[in-house]
Amino acid sequence: MATEPINTELAGTCVNEFGSAIGMPQLCGEWFGNQIFWLVVALVAIYFILSRVALPRIGSVLAERQGTITNDIAAAEDLKVKATQAEAAYDKALVDARAEAQRIVAAAKADIQADLDKAIAKADAEIAAKSAESEKAISEIRAGALQNVEEVAKDTALAIVEAMGSTADAKSVASAVDAQMKG
Amino acid sequence: MAGEARSEEAGLVFHPMDQFIVKPFFGDGAVSWYTITNSTVWMALAVLAVFALLVLGTSKRAVIPTRMQSVAELAYGFIYKMVEDICGKDGVKYFPYIMTLFMFIVFANFLGLLPTAFTPTAHIAVTAVMAFAVFFGVTILGFVKNGPSFLGLFWVNSAPLALRPVLALIELISYFVRPVSHSIRLAGNMMAGHAVIKVFAGFAAITAIAPFSVLAITAMYGLEMLVSFIQAYVFAILTCVYLKDALHPHH
Repeated sequence: MATEPINTELAGTCVNEFGSAIGMPQLCGEWFGNQIFWLVVALVAIYFILSRVALPRIGSVLAERQGTITNDIAAAEDLKVKATQAEAAYDKALVDARAEAQRIVAAAKADIQADLDKAIAKADAEIAAKSAESEKAISEIRAGALQNVEEVAKDTALAIVEAMGSTADAKSVASAVDAQMKG
Repeated sequence: MAGEARSEEAGLVFHPMDQFIVKPFFGDGAVSWYTITNSTVWMALAVLAVFALLVLGTSKRAVIPTRMQSVAELAYGFIYKMVEDICGKDGVKYFPYIMTLFMFIVFANFLGLLPTAFTPTAHIAVTAVMAFAVFFGVTILGFVKNGPSFLGLFWVNSAPLALRPVLALIELISYFVRPVSHSIRLAGNMMAGHAVIKVFAGFAAITAIAPFSVLAITAMYGLEMLVSFIQAYVFAILTCVYLKDALHPHH
């Protein structure tokens, strides 16, 4: 830095004739005014750049980003709620469909049961009618047989009595046979 | 190493402070208050860098930021949060001032690390102007906002009554020392790092030491990158702390 020699009168009290510093250049009062003046200029320039342009701009960008993030998060939560609602609706539909299916199955079962019961009752009635008829026929047959037995017994008794050589009127024989058969 | 250096001292030239000489940028001549000097040029570059980062970098106003824009947003958020955390909500309106100081210092520091660059913030004249501006600004603001009760800052109510006058004296002294420490901390750090690098560079003239010298310069350079940022950060955070005292003077 200090290679080119400068004139002593230009160098002043802070720099020697070889251009080297005498003591600390920081303490050279001759240069204070210059440094302070340009420092104030620089600081004022930076202050106006910052306060007029840079800081409001960066502040608005940051605010805008914050807003965008907040909006996106809100939208995401909205969508999440919607998804949950859709899931709930789907579940509900599934449960409804199951219940409906069960209801249909139960109804079909009831129908079949009713038909079945009807058919069974009808069959029972038919069976009962048939057996009553048979009962009647059997009792008729039985009554007929008893009467035949009576007549046969009376005829036989009359014939036996005649064969024994005695006469007997048919009425008394018949009443005797009746009495015997009742006893 | 030191012994060797001394034996060849005739060949070694150390001018570690020459890098801080302020001189006219165009031609020779006296340095008057309006002269465009090397200091002026590097301050102007810092202003341009701030403009490039915070204005050109954010020109697209993209919701999904580019790299430049996200660095600008990072710087904004960093200082904004610092002001808000330390000074509270009512300190946020002073955010542009603190941002101005921080951006200027951080860019002046980093640009000063370029080889052959000049570091305006290594000069006490520069840092003292900023520190005293903060000091007077904060003091005036404190009295305007709080009236005479701003003096309650020096009256520690939580201390025993007997101790309070003593503490008030100490507080008062420390209050007036603030701008001095505030400015010398930054200027001293910047100056020391640059001077040390220059001294190491001077040793590189000795062939045997040159590799160590290069290593040492590299290490110092890394350290200086750290210091450049940290000192800007410290300057800004102390400004916030002083501002907090002015806004809420009661402990």
